[in-house]
Parts: sequence; structure tokens; C-alpha cells
Amino acid sequence: MIPIIVILVYLVMIAVIGSVALKKSKENTEDFFLASRSIGPLVFFLSIFATNMTAFAILGSSGQAYRQGIGIYGLMASSSCFVIPLTIFFIGTRLWALGKKFGHQTQVAFFRDRWECNHIGTAIFALSAAMLVPYMIISIMGGGTVLADISTAPETHQPLIPYAWGCGIVAVVVTLNVFLGGMRGTVWVNIVQTVLFLCFGAVAVAVISHGLPLSLSEYMHKLAADPKTRYLVTREKIPPQVFWSYTLIPLSSIMFPHMAIMCFSARRVTAFKQTVVAYPLAIMAIWLPCVFLGVLGFAALGKVGDPDGVLLHMLGAYAPAWLAGILGAGIISAVMGSDTHQVLALSTMFTRDIFAHYGGRERFGESRSVHFARGFIVVVTVIAYSVALALKEKQGIFEIAVRYAFSGFAAMSPVMVAALFWKRSTKWGALAATVFVAGFLVWIALMQTGHKPGDVLWQAGDVKVFFLNPRGDVAFWNGFMTVLPMVVGSAVCVLLFSLITPPPSQATIARYFSTTSPYVPH
Amino acid sequence: MTKRLLLFLLIAAMYVAHQDSWDRLRAEPMIFGFLPAGLAYHAAYSIAAAAMMAILVATAWPKHLEEQQK
Repeated sequence: MIPIIVILVYLVMIAVIGSVALKKSKENTEDFFLASRSIGPLVFFLSIFATNMTAFAILGSSGQAYRQGIGIYGLMASSSCFVIPLTIFFIGTRLWALGKKFGHQTQVAFFRDRWECNHIGTAIFALSAAMLVPYMIISIMGGGTVLADISTAPETHQPLIPYAWGCGIVAVVVTLNVFLGGMRGTVWVNIVQTVLFLCFGAVAVAVISHGLPLSLSEYMHKLAADPKTRYLVTREKIPPQVFWSYTLIPLSSIMFPHMAIMCFSARRVTAFKQTVVAYPLAIMAIWLPCVFLGVLGFAALGKVGDPDGVLLHMLGAYAPAWLAGILGAGIISAVMGSDTHQVLALSTMFTRDIFAHYGGRERFGESRSVHFARGFIVVVTVIAYSVALALKEKQGIFEIAVRYAFSGFAAMSPVMVAALFWKRSTKWGALAATVFVAGFLVWIALMQTGHKPGDVLWQAGDVKVFFLNPRGDVAFWNGFMTVLPMVVGSAVCVLLFSLITPPPSQATIARYFSTTSPYVPH
Repeated sequence: MTKRLLLFLLIAAMYVAHQDSWDRLRAEPMIFGFLPAGLAYHAAYSIAAAAMMAILVATAWPKHLEEQQK
């Protein structure tokens, strides 16, 4: 019961922060979506980090470590430590400058202006929105599952907060927060959320290790000494091909609409300085303890029914109830931190890229645009909540969709690089890459549903080009992940189709690349 | 030009260093008695990534963007 009270207090606090932010707000879209581009350095860091960290960083990481061992850290966390700050450094800062100069609020607005295109921007919008929606739905599903798991009484095995209620609570709090406060409310909440879940890992390790019957060292040596469990303290279960190709996945980060929109919101470009340096350390602060606890969970608890819940089992078994509540709030923070940004990003995109772009703003005015955005937030959350309830049993499908959405966003990164750094790139190159990525994702979905693990999908001579791996995922030649051909294919599309089509007008190129332009790449 | 090349080499070296194939099947030594070698390596790698970014900020910061905000 105590964990539930702590979490509910936290949720009320989040809703209150949203309403305070409402009082500070102005009735225009730049204020609602970007907090008038006024976010300072510390809040910017805490917020952009919360944007990118989902419940997976805590529960999924420990669950994966429980299944596959410590290699998960190198696979997912340290690759992100390297790639994400680099993309923020090279791409995020340029996006900020363009937003400041031309008033762009979304990636699509930038692409439309940069390449003098209209419907191609809409195509990029459609692909981005399609890849973002499953992510948002799974965030609500994750919130419902976490609240149900945390509130399950060990005696009865019945959750005090059933899944449907949990999804509803998360959806309502996220909606209130975004609806009332827009970007300002979201980033204020992120301060609390990020501090909470940054502290989560270290506190959890300290408390759990204190409650364990053996020392950490004894557990780890025990795992290493047993040939059956040694894989947990090595990277034996992760093939080198997967380990290498996974380094492309974090390219998706800057292409997520909510991450790019965050880049537009900074008051000064100097806010990026602290962010890119602190980012790897923050990733480590969360992932290292969680991966370690996942492996430790195997040693301490043995087999558990739901590996993704291993951290919750550890907390239940070895942490006092009040602390488990605070740590549970940390997990919920991770769920909602990214979910609020996803909802806000979808609302920003629909309002700016569709409603305003196709004449809504001229017809209804700036203030009405904010009302439209708020209405959209309610509608999209209600839909996501309904889907989360109706398709609870199909959660696996959404998980697969999100997995491939990461590859899809990563594969769109060449489009962004071309827009920022290559004068000769054209809208047709961007369209070709977008169609290629969308087509590839549809093909993967069809192949994945129509075949079983081990099936060869495309063979050239003796070479298996595409096949389904034992997990049932589509894999590329020699076991590389599909993100590899997707990123390469997208880059080739941008390159080839740009070279064979006319470049944008000299006027546009001059606006974006003239030597006097402040953001010309050096 | 030399600075650019050195920074490029730094980034390339960091990328290569991520692929620690020598650690793949190695658990020992346990650092601090409880951190498996592969996990400790990538924890150190994360700190090195932060250091790399600090170097980039100090030596390759896009100052022209700061001009714009003025």
C-alpha cells in the first residue's frame, strides 16, 4: 500500500506542476510548443535526457540483462553514450540555430523550407508520425503494467491498481500535464522526473545489496564459476555482428520528433555544451546499476516468470516498502517523462505541419491554434488509451513496431545530415529515402508475420541476404541487424536521387549556406 | 587542419574502442571485486565518451552559432 501512496502523491504533484505552468503561459504556439525558446542549460539537459529515456532504460535494461547478461550495457548504453551526444553536438545545435533564425518548430518545417517542398514534407511527417504512435501507445501500456506490478500484493497476487486503471492514471496525468502546461509544464516536470530516476540506480543498488544474504562479489563469482550461468557475466549471447550493427540504432535519437523539438526550445546554444558532456554520464548512472541488478537478480532470485519485472521483484524482496514506493515513482518518471514529450511532439507536428501549414492558422488565428493543439492532445491520448486497453494481449506487436521504429528513425538520419550539410541535396533525394524507409518497414512487417524463425526471405546464390533469426526478427546477411541496410540504403537514395534531380534554388541555398549564414558548417 | 584531423581520429578511435571483442568471453578480473571486466570496460568507456565530448566542446564548438544568438 505504501508504494501506491508514494506514487499517487508523485502523480498529483506532476498534475499540479502542469497547472502552475498554465498560469505562466501565453496563448501562442511558440510558447505552448517550445516555451518561447526559453529553456535554460540545466533544465534543457534534464529535459532532453528525460525525453529520450523510457521505462525500458530501467525495467527493460534489467530484464534484458537477466536474459542475456552484462553485454546489454555495451550493446545499448555505451553505444548511446558515444553516438547520441555526437548527434546533439553536430545536428542539434544546427537545428537550434535554424529554428531561431527562421522560426521552425519542427523538423518537417525545416525540410519544407530547406528543400522548397510541400507534399514531400507531408510524406516525411506521415512516416515520422506513424513510427511515433506505437511508441506512445507502448508508453501507456508500460505505465499500466508497471503500476499493476508495483501494486500487486504478494499474498493475493492481485494488483491494487489493475492494468486498465494504471493506463488510465498515466494517460490522465500526461494529458493534464501537456494540456495545461505545454512544453513549459513538461520540462518543469522533467526536472523532478530526471532527478528521481537518475538517483534510482545508485539507491537501488545500495539498498538491495544491503539486504542480500551474500556479498555482490560472491554472487558475481558464483555466476562466473558456473558454466551454465557464465554467459551472464560475459557477452557470449550477443553476436559480434549484432553488437556492431547496434551502434547505428542511437542515430534514431535525434530523428525522433520529440528530441528535435527539444533542440528548438533552448534559450541559448550554450545550453548544448553541458548537455553533450553530461549525457554519457547520465546514461551510465541509470543503465549501469540496472544492468548489474538484472544479472544480480538471476543470481539472487533464480528463475522469475517475467524477466522484465526482475527489478521490481528485487525491490519487493530486498527494499523497505517506503523506499520501493519512491523507486517505483522513479520508474513511473521514466515512463511519463518520454510519454509527455511524445504526446507534445505529435500535437506540435499536427498543429504546425498539418493544421497551420494547410491554412488553419490563417483561418482561425494563433490563439485557436493552441486550442486545436490542446484538443488534439486529448483526442490522441484517448485513442492511445483505448488501443492500450483493446490490444493489451497484442503488446508484443507494439514492442516489435517500436523496435523497428528505432531502425526507421535511424535510417532517416541521412536525410537530416543531407539537409544540414549538403548543399546539393534535393527534395527528391529526401522523398526517395523516405519511401525507401517506409517501404522497408512495411516489407519487414509483412515478412515477420508471414514467416517463422529460420525462414530465408531472400537468397542470392548461396548467400542468405535476409532471413528470420531464431528470435523471429528479420535479420540481414551474416546476422547483421536490418538497421544496417536501412541506413545505407537511405543514404544511397538521398545521394543518387539528389544528384539526378535539379538542386534547390540559389536563393534558398544562399539563405542556408551563404558564408555569412551563422550556421554554415565549418 | 591538423586539429580537425586529430579530432576525427579521436572520434574514430572511440568508435573502434567500442568494439572490444577481446572482452567478449572474459569475465575476470572482477573490478572492485564485483564488476565483470566487460561491464567495467564499458562503464569506463562511457566516462571516456564524456571526456571526448568535453574535448569537442573545448576545441570544436560551433562559435558561429553563438554569434547568431547575440
